[in-house]
Amino acid sequence: MDVVPPMVVEPGAGRPSAIKAVPIRHPGRWVATLVVLAIAGGLVYSLLTTDRYHWDVVGQYFTSRRVLDGLVETLKLTAIAMAIGVSLGIVLAVMRLSPNPVVAGMSWLYIWFFRGTPVLVQLLFWYFVSALYPSFIIGIPHGPAFSRSTNELITGFMAAILGLGLNEAAYMAEIVRAGIISVEHGQTEAAQALGMKRLQIMRRIVLPQAMRVIIPPTGNETISMLKTSSLVSVIAYTELLYSVQLIYSGPSSVGAFLQIPLLIVASLWYLIVTSVLTVGQYYLERRFARGAVRGLPPTPLQRLRRYLFTFHAPPPAPPPPTIPPGRVGGPR
Amino acid sequence: MSTAPMVRAEQVRKSFGRLEVLRGIDLEVAPREVMCLIGPSGSGKSTFLRCINHLEKIDGGRLSVDGELVGYRQSGDKLYELRDAEVCHKRSEIGMVFQSFNLFPHMTALENIVLAPMRVKGDSKSVAVDRAKTLLARVGLADKVDAYPRQLSGGQCQRVAIARALAMQPKLMLFDEPTSALDPELVGDVLDVMRKLAEDGMTMVVVTHEMSFAREVGDSLVFMDSGVVVEAGPPREMLANPKQERTRTFLSKVL
Ligand SMILES: Nc1ncnc2c1ncn2[C@@H]1O[C@H](COP(=O)(O)OP(=O)(O)O)[C@@H](O)[C@H]1O
Ligand SMILES: [Mg+2]
Repeated sequence: MDVVPPMVVEPGAGRPSAIKAVPIRHPGRWVATLVVLAIAGGLVYSLLTTDRYHWDVVGQYFTSRRVLDGLVETLKLTAIAMAIGVSLGIVLAVMRLSPNPVVAGMSWLYIWFFRGTPVLVQLLFWYFVSALYPSFIIGIPHGPAFSRSTNELITGFMAAILGLGLNEAAYMAEIVRAGIISVEHGQTEAAQALGMKRLQIMRRIVLPQAMRVIIPPTGNETISMLKTSSLVSVIAYTELLYSVQLIYSGPSSVGAFLQIPLLIVASLWYLIVTSVLTVGQYYLERRFARGAVRGLPPTPLQRLRRYLFTFHAPPPAPPPPTIPPGRVGGPR
Repeated sequence: MSTAPMVRAEQVRKSFGRLEVLRGIDLEVAPREVMCLIGPSGSGKSTFLRCINHLEKIDGGRLSVDGELVGYRQSGDKLYELRDAEVCHKRSEIGMVFQSFNLFPHMTALENIVLAPMRVKGDSKSVAVDRAKTLLARVGLADKVDAYPRQLSGGQCQRVAIARALAMQPKLMLFDEPTSALDPELVGDVLDVMRKLAEDGMTMVVVTHEMSFAREVGDSLVFMDSGVVVEAGPPREMLANPKQERTRTFLSKVL
């Protein structure tokens, strides 16, 4: 049977030349850029010329001992609370999806309680728990036991990370659960058919794929934790915000009106750490995009360059395609 | 010569809620036999296949693989449910290939194949990798060792999935419409791999709409409808000369 090709390419008829079209103009981008620049200029001008900001004081305290100590405490709290939140969150999420109703119910109850009460109350609760249970005892009644004074065990630091970490776990559990159920069920079935066990499947198949869904909100949670950690000032724990508060309300600062410049110091540090975290999250997301897309997405720098490029004129014309002879118009 | 059957189903029943999907399936698959399962959509073919490796639990009847009950242990006249670990072990001896491949997208072809041998069977990495490479070569994909599933065509994915199942050195392979999701020009490559597997003596149960494959490779053909086996026999005879009215109607639509 003869097959007539739908289109006959005559040799020597010449192939269409490379496309030279007028690119779409983006006048809106120009306008938007001008407006943004004008507003930013005004802001910067007011920031620099209003002396009540006391930029000299900001500079003086920015890297002072007490501020840096507070910053280190904030970073420590954030890291430990998130570590507790993520690991306990994964456990809770897996429990929540367990076929065992008691296990699933326990997880549900935990999430219900810790999401349902203010984290501030939880912090205070842990701080005052020693009044509730003066000593902490593990053991069997009338048998051998381990006992410590609760005040020794629950220091300010412990109360802070328990309050922040346990609360975070409840939120992380829901984020992880959303990630887990976003993975297609066929994945679990294929792994089951290979003889893998439930927890093995979770760890090797489901969680790695769930990561793509889990990471962006977790980055969000981390940044949020960085700032929520300032709540621990209520239990007199000196992290970044409480440090600057102590400085401007200290006896030597009376009448110096250091509040605004010192709050700026704290804010600048929060902004710097948030920026670093954002970059970290970006590269983590790229790492877990492995296999999910054919090519990795462009980095922000590449994207910026592309955005700026389309402002003016067409991008440089690509070199004319070189087609090896003999492959012209052949079916693919 | 009489050998113990690899799969034996007696009056197998399965319901989802009030929907009775399998209503008493009787059949036997001998070792080295290739059985093709055909029937209209919704007749319970996938469900039956999934019962064989206990992805679904049967509600009635008896189902055994290689002489052992699926999902239960019999002691006297009492049945004991198997523990998870035992079910997993039995599943690891049965390979399954899905219509939608279900390759693990975050792993390369090689990683997909070595995962279960290393994590379930406890093979060493070098043994697992060697076997995986041999299998990839056998399905014609020696050059795709490091490719991720998304970089492969459907036919290539399905051949990797077959290699993944074979890596566990199963005694029985189950195929659920392995070529139904493929572009027509890719079907042949997958069927060729399956044909070679049959020639090498693998016991296979294949749900398929590829009648030419059933005729040329199948040792037996089973036609299912509404959860029962309507007709079974040698493929050539049955395809040329169906005895039951329902079989005839079905075949006239697909041939
Ligand atoms: N997990 C399930 N829950 C409820 N109904 C199901 C489930 N799996 C299959 N079914 C139903 O069982 C019937 C048989 O399905 P299936 O075995 O997939 O048929 P086939 O593979 O022959 O097309 C269908 O009506 C389907 O809707
Ligand atoms: Mg089916």
